[in-house]
Amino acid sequence: MVMLLFLLTLTVFFLFTLLPGDPARLTCGKACTPQIIEANRHRLGLDEPILTQYWKFVSGLFVGRVFSPDSPQPIICNAPCLGYSFNHREQVLTLIMRALPVTFWLASGGFILWLTTGISAGIYAALRRGRWQDRSVMGVALVGYSLPSFFIGLVLIFFVILKWHWLPFPSWVSPFEDPVRFVQTMALPWIVIAVLYAAFYMRLTRNQVLEVFGDDYIRTARAKGLPERTVVVKHALRAGLTPIVTAAGLDLAGLLGGAIITESIFSLPGMGSLAIGSVLNADLPLITGITLMTATFIIFANLVVDLLYGVLDPRVRVS
Amino acid sequence: MNQGNGSPDQRFLAIQDLSVAFSTEDGLVRAVDGVTVSIERGQTLAIVGESGSGKSVTAQAVMGLVDRQAAKMSGQIWLDGEELLGLSPDEVQKLRGSQMAMIFQDPMSSLHPFYRIGDQIVEAIQAHRSVSNSAARRETIEMLKKVGIPAAERRVDDYPHQLSGGMRQRVMIGMALINSPALLIADEPTTALDVTVQAQILELITTLKDEFGTTVILITHDLGIVADVADHVAVMYGGRLVEVAPTGVLYDQPQMPYTLGLLSSVPRMDRERSMRLEPIPGNPPSPITLPPGCVFQPRCTYTDRVPDGACATVRPELLPAGPDHLVRCHIPTEERREISQEVLRLLAGAER
Repeated sequence: MVMLLFLLTLTVFFLFTLLPGDPARLTCGKACTPQIIEANRHRLGLDEPILTQYWKFVSGLFVGRVFSPDSPQPIICNAPCLGYSFNHREQVLTLIMRALPVTFWLASGGFILWLTTGISAGIYAALRRGRWQDRSVMGVALVGYSLPSFFIGLVLIFFVILKWHWLPFPSWVSPFEDPVRFVQTMALPWIVIAVLYAAFYMRLTRNQVLEVFGDDYIRTARAKGLPERTVVVKHALRAGLTPIVTAAGLDLAGLLGGAIITESIFSLPGMGSLAIGSVLNADLPLITGITLMTATFIIFANLVVDLLYGVLDPRVRVS
Repeated sequence: MNQGNGSPDQRFLAIQDLSVAFSTEDGLVRAVDGVTVSIERGQTLAIVGESGSGKSVTAQAVMGLVDRQAAKMSGQIWLDGEELLGLSPDEVQKLRGSQMAMIFQDPMSSLHPFYRIGDQIVEAIQAHRSVSNSAARRETIEMLKKVGIPAAERRVDDYPHQLSGGMRQRVMIGMALINSPALLIADEPTTALDVTVQAQILELITTLKDEFGTTVILITHDLGIVADVADHVAVMYGGRLVEVAPTGVLYDQPQMPYTLGLLSSVPRMDRERSMRLEPIPGNPPSPITLPPGCVFQPRCTYTDRVPDGACATVRPELLPAGPDHLVRCHIPTEERREISQEVLRLLAGAER
């Protein structure tokens, strides 16, 4: 995993450094002279050899670094230093730490919502396989899966907020400050995320349950005289849970990197908004930082999922 | 209907004219066609046949494990005076695991891989009786000892993958018998096991059957294991019964050419090695397009004994051929006896 993270810094750094476009030029503004560009380039540390830049980037992660050391006001960036955004005039880590809670609440609320609805609807459909209930659940899932999130989001905003005034206009507030306002703001984003993902989990759960239905131990469970509900939930779902857990872990990690569209629609100042802003401004240090952070989440989620396998499947456990 | 026992012939288990058909994209699959057979309490009936002969579906019909939505079923199944096919799914579910239990062919896949074997047996207990967890666990350990699991106190917490195939089948047997069912259906219980283990498992089933007074249906394709275990044998072919007889009679005077074929293809220790096994020519019929006459006719080598080619056109009935002996064959009984003795002599001839 350490190796993977190292390769990750390497890829992310060189990918974005080698991109065409000159950050020094972009940060310069309208009244730009070659002198200012040169000064900027020096300030950003872009005039140094690329390997030196990489070395400074990586060592910054561990021991911190100082930007513009020879200027009157050097910027001290403590470890782990992801870089300094000259657009925001703030450290990348500070920016991310400010955006991350928003995304965390968005992702975790949506996660709970989509898992509960997705799995229960999937089981329901599996129990009534081939009948109209199954078909309607799967039909709804297909529609949910096909609708783009900006469409669902805009429709919800239009009806729920603008037309029926059921909810105030969303504006981010921490749940610790104003829990009511927090739920009012997050309700629709959670639904948008849940619709998108629940559809997938419905299908996955239904297919997993139906796939293990043919297995011998399910027949054994029936032969024991267990009620059908127990057969499905305790035996079939348990056996088919592994891929669902895998998908859920990776989806959650991916979402922590930011739900760009949902956050933009509901003007939530989360990772997605931060990411899209950084791309639009060619804010290289910020892009690098966000990518590194997101990728770390996914690697970490992979590890957690692998560890969960051991809990879920006794055959994987090493004694 | 009689009081107490409505079964037409008063036996403990009586299957009456049972038919099971599945509609598939290729047509109607007649898996079981008009099967009538019965057993006395405490006896063992072996149902013998090749793959696809309908023996497993018959067993699953008794257990109520056939998907009623997918299958068309007719006939009656009487268990201890109760007709099973007329019961609601909930009522059958209550009988499953308590009155009737089943063990399956492959013990490797028949236990849930994610649950401890003890918990799986405890689950079977608590599905039918309100017993505390600790009492159920004690009972489980007792049963594991009874089915010959060494160090049962420790093994009870093992997962299935930690046990060998034979041990797993012992666990399955213990799980099936835990609620002292009156009927145990063993669907090819030894097919997936090593030969040495096969004998142990069969012996275990026989011992426990006597101890619990259980009635057993043993489903197998192997006539070799039937002789020591079963009281009666029912031979199935193409979804139909073709010969039913007490075990001794079936081995001494088999009359249906298919049964003869089965007997000739059983490898036996008391036969010389130079004696070649005689396979039955051809393949079992497709259950979608069964032959219009005798189901065995396309593979039968004695069809010339019947005039007018009736074997290919007229469906033979299952008729008495001796005391307790039923045979479905157009060849006259006398002639069948001759053929039978001839074949048996041939088989025995190699013994010298």
